[in-house]
Amino acid sequence: MSATSAAGSVLMKHPVGLHARPSVKLTKLAKTFGCRIDMAQHAAGPWIDAKSIVKVMALKAPRDTTLHFRAEGEGAADAVKALSALVQRNFDEDHADAATS
Amino acid sequence: MTSSNVGIVIVSHSKDVARGAAEMVRQMVGPEVPLAHCGGDPGGGLGTSVESIMKAIAEAWSEQGVAVLVDLGGAETNSEMAIEMLPAERRDRVVICNAPIVEGAVMAATESSAGSSLATVRGTAEELYAGSIVP
Repeated sequence: MSATSAAGSVLMKHPVGLHARPSVKLTKLAKTFGCRIDMAQHAAGPWIDAKSIVKVMALKAPRDTTLHFRAEGEGAADAVKALSALVQRNFDEDHADAATS
Repeated sequence: MTSSNVGIVIVSHSKDVARGAAEMVRQMVGPEVPLAHCGGDPGGGLGTSVESIMKAIAEAWSEQGVAVLVDLGGAETNSEMAIEMLPAERRDRVVICNAPIVEGAVMAATESSAGSSLATVRGTAEELYAGSIVP
């Protein structure tokens, strides 16, 4: 497969924003892809490595932030799609919250 | 349990802190990282023991190595002692991270869950102290 690049953005509706657990989930998912993945809170950057848990958590992106992803390399399109979907699913936390409340 | 991921050991003076930090790692990162914790002295008070640390390292053992997160003074010196007492072939694959115990454990485990090397796992935990979090 030849190297490709992809980009996308998604509005984060999760009530608490990109806090600890979502950051871990996002980073873990990003790490399953071989391509380089960067993310940002603004289209103009600054861009950070989506595979770095320390940097993702340091973003402290609040609710209603539009997260921007860009990926380069093998599987770039799949990576952007998967990460955007995770954000759209509220990091799969809706179910967990309902189960514990 | 995949032993291909770096193991994480949490060493606190307090049994409760050690258990709580380990619980955070399990819930936030998941079951794929070998994890063990120890805290408190054998009498039930605050403290750390070389023997418990050695046991924890054995429990979380991975061929990829083990990253140890400690809280205060004695936790570090006793961990150093525990590492020195390990068999020679294991000694070089255990490192103490210069990172805050709870946050460092979660960061290290997240890195480990992706199959990263011991050096990378340690680097991620220690990145916290590099000042990237606090402006």
